[in-house]
Amino acid sequence: MLALFLLGALAMGAIIALIVFAVLGGSTVDIIDIVTDQYVWRIIRFTLWQAALSTVLSAVLAIPVGFLLFENKYFYGRELLLRLFAIPLVLPQIVAVLAIVSLYGNQGFVTQALEGAGLPVGTIYGLSGILIAHVFFNMPLIARVVLGALNAMPSEYERLSHQLDMGAMQRLRHICWPYMRPALFNASALVFMLCVTSFTVVLTLGGGPRATTLEVGIYQALTFDFDIPRAVVLTAMQLALTAFAVFMFARAGGNIDAGMTLERTRPLIIKRDIRQTVLSVVVLGLAALFVASPFIAIFVKGIAADLLKLIGQPAVQNAILTSFVLGALAASLCIIVTLALCEGAVRKGPMQGIYSHAASLVLVVPPIVIAAGWFILLRPFVIVYEAAPYLVVCVNAAMALPFAMRFVLPARQAAAQRHDRLCAQLGLYGFNKWRLVLLPTMIKPLSVGFAFAFALSLGDLGVIALFGSEKVQTLPFLILQRMGSYRTNDAAGLALMLCIFTLGILMLADRSSISLKGKK
Amino acid sequence: MTADQFSVAVEDVTFAYEADAPVMRFDAQFRKGVITAIMGASGSGKSTLLSLLAGFEMPQSGKIWLAGEDYTHRAPGERPLSMVFQENNLFAHLSVFNNVALGVSPSLKLSASDKESVHHALASVGLENYGKRLPAQLSGGERQRVAVARVLVRHKPILLLDEAFASLGPGLRREMLDLVASLADKNAMTTLMVTHSPEDALHIAQDLVFLGQDGVAFIGPSKELAKSQNQNEAVRNYLIGRGTS
Repeated sequence: MLALFLLGALAMGAIIALIVFAVLGGSTVDIIDIVTDQYVWRIIRFTLWQAALSTVLSAVLAIPVGFLLFENKYFYGRELLLRLFAIPLVLPQIVAVLAIVSLYGNQGFVTQALEGAGLPVGTIYGLSGILIAHVFFNMPLIARVVLGALNAMPSEYERLSHQLDMGAMQRLRHICWPYMRPALFNASALVFMLCVTSFTVVLTLGGGPRATTLEVGIYQALTFDFDIPRAVVLTAMQLALTAFAVFMFARAGGNIDAGMTLERTRPLIIKRDIRQTVLSVVVLGLAALFVASPFIAIFVKGIAADLLKLIGQPAVQNAILTSFVLGALAASLCIIVTLALCEGAVRKGPMQGIYSHAASLVLVVPPIVIAAGWFILLRPFVIVYEAAPYLVVCVNAAMALPFAMRFVLPARQAAAQRHDRLCAQLGLYGFNKWRLVLLPTMIKPLSVGFAFAFALSLGDLGVIALFGSEKVQTLPFLILQRMGSYRTNDAAGLALMLCIFTLGILMLADRSSISLKGKK
Repeated sequence: MTADQFSVAVEDVTFAYEADAPVMRFDAQFRKGVITAIMGASGSGKSTLLSLLAGFEMPQSGKIWLAGEDYTHRAPGERPLSMVFQENNLFAHLSVFNNVALGVSPSLKLSASDKESVHHALASVGLENYGKRLPAQLSGGERQRVAVARVLVRHKPILLLDEAFASLGPGLRREMLDLVASLADKNAMTTLMVTHSPEDALHIAQDLVFLGQDGVAFIGPSKELAKSQNQNEAVRNYLIGRGTS
């Protein structure tokens, strides 16, 4: 109950701030002025336009990739490719942005190669950069979801289609498409939502007022222009937009955990189609290259930076320490709230459904909106930059909630079904029940959820961008600063560290939970 | 190998699902134009044998002969056979007519005579007016009839049944077996039927191939199943358990 209240308070605090401000603080004339302002509508148009383009591009590219991954069940490196496709989801956005700039920017490797071949290359800043980054994050996600849907198809269908001598195109059209379509729409709706609320990518790759989204608009209104009324209007519009996107997502029957599990293998079917083999090699090769190249770029650029000197800097040491402390606190808070929500979700009663869906509330109210609301609410009373650590922890914990719930809730529900009656009969309650029954059975999803929340918080730039200052700096904030002062080498070195920390935490969680299981 | 006497043969075939899984061995011949029952304890590789014949799995060594030719390395679509599974023979999103029509043209581009042959096949399994329905609107027995209709339009000389009627009730099962037996006879199809039921095997199969733990344990007339004495040891253990006698 308390968890629900806290979560509500966090979101409501922001919304109440908006209402209070709208009623008391600002004059209505101001607001009408802003709403009728061309600038605001241009931001909204661009927000929707870039999200729609990003979604369509990601989905269209994911169709052949997902289908060909399904068609080719055995080739060298397939497992590795699938694992690679899972990483963009958890990679800090600022790291990916840096990598993409070093590949496709003015001095970038790809740009230089294309110009060397005599091809004209436009600037990466603006729509094209945003699209590249969004496709990098989302195409692998959709491809995995599509592959998951195809693997759920009865195995007889695939066998029959081969026996009936269908070619790949015929199989795609008549047999696979009906199975891919719902998954594709589902994942696309989620991707659209993620792109509408995209902050870091647009902040760093958007080029000035022509390529600004609502989230970045809110940030700029609060930090550079100090135009509170405009921030309020933009926040309200962002809320309306995400509510609409979430509604669409819910109508598509959305489910976030899709694409996060590995598939089981299927029989090897003999194939004799050279054209399909060539096509598969080309498509999957290009996809692998596109997704892997930013990681290679980060590694190469990061190694080139003077890492030892960087670590020697007090500012860097502070940022690393701050990041880890805040990340650990956020992840702990996230897991505590998750467990509380799970308890509610397995207890029969009228509130049961509310508990299991409460986490999705976070999707409607994006972190930057919560942060902006609290920023406006607290400003008259305290120095907002001093509230930074608390807000970073709270908002990042809330942000990771939907994901943590996806990992933990199924385990808690399974445990309830299997053990709750037996525990009640044996008189096992409270702490003892936790220690003896629940914890051992849920250790894996809990540690994965914790690591996921930790990693997400470690890489987040949304809240800290608003509240960060000389006093409180995290790694992503420091990277942004170094990028801003054109110390690209420093930024690349820090990005490599952040990348290693994030992936290390996730791998550690994966390992430790396996070894714990092994001991039993 | 005399092609005219044996239509289907597996020659010293070995296969394993994974690198460290136990290796299965198959060596058997199946008489042309005859219905052969394939039986054996679960895990003995009955369905695996059919998958190898159909090209859904690849043998580690050995050869697969179909209609007198070596098909070991050919794709499933090139093989002269049709297979009916226990379930999911019909694509749920396609109409009954289209499900059968896929057997004529995998792109669903049909000429007038193609359409005629689909209607004819549906009629010969007793489903004249079912063409427009979806598989979900049919009973389990009707769905398997549609699968048999597709086998008919494909005109392949070999038919594989992988426990095709196991989920039907006894009466319906017998009806389906009779239908298959008469169609196989009319079209001179060599039929291999995986089943758990000795009654089914005795009902329509002349031959029996019995798989034990180390490959083929018995090849001979299906009447072996009905004998009360001098039975093959593997067959006896399967039918009545490992008694003391």
